Amino acid sequence: MIPIKENIEFEKNELIANADLHRWDIGENLHDSIVESIFSDAKKITHKVVTSNEKEQKTNWEISLDKIVTSRWLGFPIMFILLATVFWLTIEGANVPSAMIASLLIDAFHPILKSFSASLNIPFFIDGLFIDGAYLAMAWVISVMLPPMAIFFPLFTLLEDFGYLPRVAFNMDRLFQKAGAHGKQALTMSMGFGCNAAGVIAARVIDSPRERLIAIITNNFSLCNGRWPTQILIASIFIGSLVPPYLAGFASAGAVVGVAVLGIVLTLILSWTLSKTILKGEASAFSLELPPYRPPRILQTLYTSLIDRTIFVLWRAIVFAIPAGMVIWLVGNIDIGKLSIGEHFINFSDPFALFIGLNGVILLAYIIAIPANEIVIPTILMLTVMSAGLNDLGEGAGVMFELESVKETGDILIADGWTVLTGINLMLFSLIHNPCSTTIYTIYKETGSIKWTVFSSIFPVILGLVVCFLVAQFWFLFS
Amino acid sequence: MNQSNTNCNNCPAHNVNNLKKLGVNMDGYNYLVALAGNPNTGKSTIFNNLTGLRQHTGNWPGKTVTRAEGGFEFNNSKYKLVDLPGTYSLLSTSTDEEVARNFILFGQPDVTVIVVDSTKLERNLNLVLQILEITDRAVLSLNLTDEGRRNGINIDERELSKQLGIPVIPTSARNREGMEQLLNYIDQVSRKKYICKPYQVKGYNKKIKKSIDELTDRITKLFPDLPNSRWVAIRLLEGDQTIIDAVKSGEIGKIYNISVDQLSDAI
Repeated sequence: MIPIKENIEFEKNELIANADLHRWDIGENLHDSIVESIFSDAKKITHKVVTSNEKEQKTNWEISLDKIVTSRWLGFPIMFILLATVFWLTIEGANVPSAMIASLLIDAFHPILKSFSASLNIPFFIDGLFIDGAYLAMAWVISVMLPPMAIFFPLFTLLEDFGYLPRVAFNMDRLFQKAGAHGKQALTMSMGFGCNAAGVIAARVIDSPRERLIAIITNNFSLCNGRWPTQILIASIFIGSLVPPYLAGFASAGAVVGVAVLGIVLTLILSWTLSKTILKGEASAFSLELPPYRPPRILQTLYTSLIDRTIFVLWRAIVFAIPAGMVIWLVGNIDIGKLSIGEHFINFSDPFALFIGLNGVILLAYIIAIPANEIVIPTILMLTVMSAGLNDLGEGAGVMFELESVKETGDILIADGWTVLTGINLMLFSLIHNPCSTTIYTIYKETGSIKWTVFSSIFPVILGLVVCFLVAQFWFLFS
Repeated sequence: MNQSNTNCNNCPAHNVNNLKKLGVNMDGYNYLVALAGNPNTGKSTIFNNLTGLRQHTGNWPGKTVTRAEGGFEFNNSKYKLVDLPGTYSLLSTSTDEEVARNFILFGQPDVTVIVVDSTKLERNLNLVLQILEITDRAVLSLNLTDEGRRNGINIDERELSKQLGIPVIPTSARNREGMEQLLNYIDQVSRKKYICKPYQVKGYNKKIKKSIDELTDRITKLFPDLPNSRWVAIRLLEGDQTIIDAVKSGEIGKIYNISVDQLSDAI
């Protein structure tokens, strides 16, 4: 027999009304009583099936290790030392393979391409645009980005696999909670030290949309892989020279770590400001379980971090670097009147740029290098050589190149009028400026909001210019 | 010797060659399998082992943020596998718990593989008991057994299986141990060759028990095909709005029919 429709509707309402009646009858403690029953049954079953040789579930060394890495006094120093070691290994280890790839792609293969195109009588501008522009940009990004990422991501993934990340989050949780943000932002911030785009995606672990937005917006202040080379080079040239030679290494390394820590401080301040103003709300509580330490699976970690992280990020960088390389070549080679577009811009923006302790070359380089922070330094050198008329040093207008030694690079920059202030402000601006276009695109994909994408892109530039302005005014006042 | 070797090779339980990892290809699947469990118990690792995909795994809770889906083929049946976010319970209203709960309830998987951390069995069982209230077809993967052994924990998996009324398979997904047996039981439960008799939470007091029984009767009359009428009764008793709405709209009754249709289509 099939019940007629009205009958079913009646029965349904009857059922719900009946449930309401029972609920009133039982009283408030139903939920607690259900949870209690489940817990007591789980306990009973466990006692029937589990026999344990040891009383402690976590082994002793794990408990002692947790006490050390999350302790009030040692937690943060250990965290900084571990992160510093990872970065040091990345920077040191990447030098040799970077140089090898560069010599293969740039020193060896580039001339072959050039002579090949010459033998085909390809017009100058096509040859320049594609071989000196697009190809060199791609070769440069691969040689500068691939080795550090291939070292950094596996190391970071090993730490993650071992179980250290939740401990970092545990340490940082209190600070982020005070800033009105989610404790898990500590995790996304750490990911940002590798790549901001990866950090923005990682913000998915945060449930509350408000706190997730804060994590996404502030991720830019985690100094990413692409910016470390700029920091290290400029610190070695300008900060290292301030102290006696035997202290130079420490001073410049200290300056770089200082910039990274400033990034963390800015993250906290901005998170606090956002959560008190446009993204108001309570910090949501969450339970963070400290998982057991697990021996990392080395081979699998190497494989997945190379394929899923390194190649993924590198591919996106290449996609954006190729058009950027063409633009660099064009601004160096299209002339209006007697000067190239690049030189026009540099001359035009120099007065303003010098006033805030930077220069026109740096501003133009940051516009051209939006696709990837990795190409900032070569762009600066190329533009400096072009605008200072030091053509005998480079490879010709608009051709990106890398100078062999730090000293040579420093000589060129100082010859062009760079001072310690320029160095310091470049380091600051490298930390506080718009995210690269890969990250901007990722922010758009993750938030789906043009408004927040624009805000995350424009706000840091304004902040960076203000910070540079203030530092410059202090500098002028005291020197 | 030779004889037994051949037998073993023919037995589906010991022949991992029967597994064909299909990656993201989930076309025309016969059975739907859900992966549920506490955070950081290795669900994504099992997911990767079975589908051949490389869902990011990491040693921290809450890493799987969106539902991941993949496919595999075993014993000539195609399976769609869904990796659910890890949760500690299904009783609260946070988004991740709702995703997991709604999928098991409305997605009506043919099998729910519950992955538990064998070093923390008691706490993990809290979730297992809640899942067994919703679905009557589940397989328990007693995972991280390598860690359990290291910590000197011994679990009588036969007794556990008897208690819970579902298959219990010791696994160590990181080392790919126990995967064949797990597949074999997924296969048997999907095909209804293994009939689960899921454990039902006892300890309620008399008054609550009476209310649950009465409501369960009414629900069974109204929706005779519903497999989890007792659970629906408890939710109604608690005043769970999602379930009240699902009863009002008749969705509760429909979902089961849909999955029956899908099943007959597949056959």
